[in-house]
Parts: sequence; C-alpha cells; structure tokens
Amino acid sequence: MSATWWAVIATCAGCYLLKLAGLSVPRRVLDRPRLRRFAELAPVALLSALIAVQMFASGQELHVDGARTLGLAAAVVALLLRAPFLLVLAVTAAVTALARLAGL
Amino acid sequence: MEATSKRPDQGVAAARRAGLGVGLAVGCSGVAFGAAAVTAGLDVLQACVLSLFAFTGASQFALAGAIAGGGDLVAGTAGALLLGARNSLYGLRLAGPLGVRGLRRLGVALGVIDETTAVAMAQLGDGRDGRPGGAGAEPDEAANRRARAGFFTTFLTLYAAWNLSTLAGAVGTAQMADPAVLGLDAVGPACFLALLWPRLRAGGATRLRVIAVAGAAIALLATPLLPPGIPVLLASAAALPALLPSREEAR
Repeated sequence: MSATWWAVIATCAGCYLLKLAGLSVPRRVLDRPRLRRFAELAPVALLSALIAVQMFASGQELHVDGARTLGLAAAVVALLLRAPFLLVLAVTAAVTALARLAGL
Repeated sequence: MEATSKRPDQGVAAARRAGLGVGLAVGCSGVAFGAAAVTAGLDVLQACVLSLFAFTGASQFALAGAIAGGGDLVAGTAGALLLGARNSLYGLRLAGPLGVRGLRRLGVALGVIDETTAVAMAQLGDGRDGRPGGAGAEPDEAANRRARAGFFTTFLTLYAAWNLSTLAGAVGTAQMADPAVLGLDAVGPACFLALLWPRLRAGGATRLRVIAVAGAAIALLATPLLPPGIPVLLASAAALPALLPSREEAR
C-alpha cells in the first residue's frame, strides 16, 4: 500500500477517534460543575475563532478578502434586521458572489 | 429562543430547518475538497474515503494541502489531527444532550463536527443570563430534544451533501464551478455567526460576548505564529476561566 494511503487511513482513524473521545468521557466527570461550564463555553470560543480564521487567515498568513468580508457584513445586516436563518445564508452567498464578480 | 420556547414542536421544526440549511449550504463545499484532493495528487477513491470516514472538512483540506505541497506525510497527518482535535471538545458538550450509549455512540461520533455542534448549541440554553447551567441546574429536556433534532438533521444532510459533492468535485475537477464563484466560502462563517448570534445578543450575555471576542482574537493573533489548527484549539483558552471556582462555590 502506498504511503499516501497510510496517511489517508491514519487521518480517517485519528479524526474519528478524536470525535469519539469527547463523547466517551464518563458522565460523572462531565457532571462536575466547572467542567460542565467549560464544555458549555468552549464551543462559543471555538466557533468564533473559526469565523475569524475562515474569514481572515489563509495558512499562516492573515489577509482580508474583500468579497468575503462584504458577504459577512451583509450577514450582520441581515441578522440585525432579524432575517430568517436561510435568508442570512442566501444573502451572504449572493453578496460575496456579486462582489467577487465585480472584481473585489 | 423567543420563537422556540412557545411551542415545543415549532422549536424542533425550526432546529430541523436550520440543520437542513447548514447541511446543504456547507455540504456543497465538498466540491472544493474533491477538486483540491485530486489536484493535490490523491485519487478519487482516496478523496471519497476521507469524506466518508474522516468527515471533518478542515482536516481533510489540511491533508490534501500537505500532499499538494509535497510535504512530509507524517507532518500532514499530524496537522489534520490537530485540526480535528476541537471535535473532542465539542463531544464534551454534546454527550449529555445526545445521550447516546454503546454501539449507537460509535455511529453518532462520526457526526461531531463544527456545524452539528453549532446547530445543536443554538438550541441549548447555554449562557442564558450569562450564567450557563451550573451546579444542580436541571437539564432541560425540551432543549435537549431540539438539540438532538438539529444535530441529526445537520449530520445526515451534511453527510450526504458533503460526500456526493466530494465525488462530483473529484471526478469533475476541471469543469466544476469553483465554490468561491458562488460565494460559498463566506457561507461557513455566516452559518456560525448566525447560530451564535441569538446567544450573543441576549440580555446579560456580556460574559459570552467577552469569550467570543477573546476566542477570535486569540486565534487571529496565533495564526502567524503557529501551524494551522492550533490557533483555533488555543482559542478554547478563552473559556478556561470557567474551570476556576465561581464566587458562590468559594464562599
């Protein structure tokens, strides 16, 4: 088997086991109040970090993509106007695509 | 929240709608992965195996990127695993609401990713009044039901869309449209923002807002300094103060 296949299999197995590990922490550990608070708050930090990184990082470089930034700004406006979830996504994609078409 | 707390069935339906939207919108980006994987030198089967069994976009892109760059495969795999490590933290939060045991847990585990967590978390009352359920808080069964509905709808929709579009991207490589042309690269961040939004806007959510801003800041500051994957993982440090004893406990 090629080295690439080994990398593919190791990535699949590793990623799956990482997912399983979190779900497998015993209930009595998760029920500790402090760990529970951490588990509730950590996804907020992770998801906002993910927004920042997906928006403004490419590899180890920080850069601002004009079209994508405009798209997210449109999402913020849609959210402030209390648009339904799917409309927010549609507006984001449309504004990003149009801005990119316009050469941003 | 304001819409979901009135009628439980409405809440479940809203969670399913969100899951369907996220699943389809983000799932289409599998085209980009399929194309990137084949361009990097993986074959169609390898691209599909990654989407079927790793099923976590960032890690898959990282491995393809390492292979494309002709980099060390061990380092490439390690990078993919670092990106996948945040899914362990998601599992800590989802274990309770999903309430799965035994063999079912083996299947459900595959679905513990950014998008399913974001949809499920939006259904849970985390951070309500800035004070997430601490000691002795009763688990809210209605919220857990909505969270499960959101999780499984997102998981199944995204799994189907991601795998089909990976195949399409891998087979079609050259002639497929670039998802960036359709603006889909902004949809992922917009999803997460829309799902966090009601939490962050709620009255008394100052602490959550601080954690969100700190998380984003940590990740961006660490990006130039550390390999991909670590900055996002490091952002969870913004939630570490939760591990300190609270004022009530110290009393």
